[in-house]
Amino acid sequence: MTSLASRLKGRSELGVAALLGAAGALVLLDAARLVTPYSQSDPVGPKTVPIIVGALLLVCSVWLAVNVLRGGHGEAEGGEDIDLTHPADWKTILPLAGAFIANILLIDWAGWVISGTVLFWGSVWALGSRHYVRDGLISLALALLTFYGFYLGLGIPLPAGLLEGIL
Amino acid sequence: MDILSSLMDGFATALTPMNLLYALIGVILGTAVGVLPGIGPAMTVALLLPVATVLEPTSAFIMFAGIYYGGMYGGSTTSILLNTPGESSSVITAIEGNRMAKAGRAAQALATAAIGSFVAGTIGTTLLVVFTPIVVDFAVSLGSPSYFAIMILALLAVTAVLGESRLRGFASLGLGLAIGLVGIDSVTGQRRLTFGQPLLADGLDIVVIAVAIFAVGEALWVAAHLRRTPLQIIPVGRPWMGKQDWKRSWKPWLRGTAYGFPFGALPAGGAEIPTFLSYVTEKRLSKHPEEFGKGAIEGVAGPEAANNAAAAGTLTPMLALGLPTNATAAVMLAAFVQFGIQPGPLLFENEGPLVWALIASLFIGNTLLLLVNLPLAPLWAKLLRLPRPYLYAGILFFATLGAYSVNLQAFDLVILLVLGALGFMMRRFGLPVLPLILGVILGPRVEGQLRKTLQLSAGDVSGLWSEPIAIVVYIIVALVLVWPLLFKAWRRARPTRVAAAGPVTGGPVGDRSTADRSAAESPSVDSPTATRHRQADVSDGQENADAPKVTHVNHGQEKQ
Repeated sequence: MTSLASRLKGRSELGVAALLGAAGALVLLDAARLVTPYSQSDPVGPKTVPIIVGALLLVCSVWLAVNVLRGGHGEAEGGEDIDLTHPADWKTILPLAGAFIANILLIDWAGWVISGTVLFWGSVWALGSRHYVRDGLISLALALLTFYGFYLGLGIPLPAGLLEGIL
Repeated sequence: MDILSSLMDGFATALTPMNLLYALIGVILGTAVGVLPGIGPAMTVALLLPVATVLEPTSAFIMFAGIYYGGMYGGSTTSILLNTPGESSSVITAIEGNRMAKAGRAAQALATAAIGSFVAGTIGTTLLVVFTPIVVDFAVSLGSPSYFAIMILALLAVTAVLGESRLRGFASLGLGLAIGLVGIDSVTGQRRLTFGQPLLADGLDIVVIAVAIFAVGEALWVAAHLRRTPLQIIPVGRPWMGKQDWKRSWKPWLRGTAYGFPFGALPAGGAEIPTFLSYVTEKRLSKHPEEFGKGAIEGVAGPEAANNAAAAGTLTPMLALGLPTNATAAVMLAAFVQFGIQPGPLLFENEGPLVWALIASLFIGNTLLLLVNLPLAPLWAKLLRLPRPYLYAGILFFATLGAYSVNLQAFDLVILLVLGALGFMMRRFGLPVLPLILGVILGPRVEGQLRKTLQLSAGDVSGLWSEPIAIVVYIIVALVLVWPLLFKAWRRARPTRVAAAGPVTGGPVGDRSTADRSAAESPSVDSPTATRHRQADVSDGQENADAPKVTHVNHGQEKQ
């Protein structure tokens, strides 16, 4: 048991294998539900490709699990602004995701101008900027500009929400 | 000359003031996103898709053409002025370019990159004009079995050849194909993978998927590992070149172009291999080999030209066959579909004026890039100083806006977040992004061709190889899949000699003489696979001892 625990340690990539396995199972289960009417014009039917895709995902899942347990690992992606020497910074990601979710919850009710302002201001704060007033003004300006730009320039009415009638 | 008159008509369309303006917007926007870390041309085109629907298709594609070439150019500016390249195709440019910049020759490095890009882009686009109609003539004679085979080849080649790990490539492809299945089956009308959710019945919008994977996934990933120490940006004035620089640059430009175009035109050719081949060639041929590694101008000129010629080459299969082989081309293909234009060999016949205007605007965009970017280089360098919180918050803001404006439903934003988390995970665990996007876009079309093929053969499986081209393509598919295994076995058998043997076998290289010469003179390069295995074989030849070490991991893709 302890050897299993030690082998699992630091192998978070097994989660990817589990995800692939779950996705494969999901695709196969969904395919099993489909009915294949006999038809001269469609001998392949709606099931064939999902079964192939599901099988591919399951094979990848098992293959990846074996690969990871034998010591393989995928290399994290680099980039200009990326410093891989420190671990993932959840104190940045969670507030960022929070701002994103706040936007989803607010957009239809409060409207884009409010939700967009919250989204940008929250994201900038999560990413480490502490110029509260300046950031707030930039956020509001961006949200207003895009609202009117989309409405007047592209004819796409973004929701006005609470500010209906004012904007 | 039928082609010439069509092209002239294309220029007539593209040179109207409005379309010129869109080309200019495209070029500037493309360069800006190419310069900025975290966003690239594919994502920009994806974000602009909903906006572009209000435009004429022709104007939209003229703008996309500008973004496409501008993005390539912007990437090289970043890699010269910063030490960290943003995309794998600029890794090589970064090696010499950044050294040149550090030695006070940033202006010359930028100039040779810009002019080389112009030369390569213009020659590449001319080759595109010459070859695409030939490919189309050939392609219209192909039936469903051949198409099915070619699409399978494109999917497998991108998955198996590019990137560090084939296993992770296939995992990504599987996820993409699964996402592509969501929605109503077009033949039987049954819902697949919709889980009773009516909003999923129409399938997932490609804009939402592309923005989620490219923009949201990237922003979250960078946020998690944001570099807290400011990057060193080398200040630069207006790019210029002296007489000596011109003399040392023009041959590398032409050789780089000869490498880049054929590789770009191949499925999975990509820009990474030709830039590397060009670097090695220039190093061998240079009269100043001692400067390599310290900032040799040839080492910037050649790879940059190869990079841009590959970008032009990529458009050949995209326009002639409807086969995208890089992320930007994939999103442009999605744009064709969005405009109700059927991609494929009939594109030239059905949408001739649009396609020729697009090609003409590639020439125009290329020229605009040169005119705009030489004077604007100092401005682009300033753009690199944009505070990162604003940059990444802005990416999230515009990603949300773009995805929401497609259907104006908050549900799409939930999908955006879920797929964004998937994109984050893929970057964390080294799953390449390109196979997923190609799986989403090509998956439904592959299924359509499969069903059509077997419909024609009345369910007989042998219908799949009923055309000679299909058989040839399946043989290539088999080679692509088996080749690395053979290579590994061979290397085990002859551990020290392997990289020194073998001519260029990586595929049809257009300019045989250049290719053969480089093969003869640089034993370390004998195939795309060998390029990837090269680092393991560093001890083979002395050329390798100080060859560029490609440690930057981007899984064989340019910035999306």
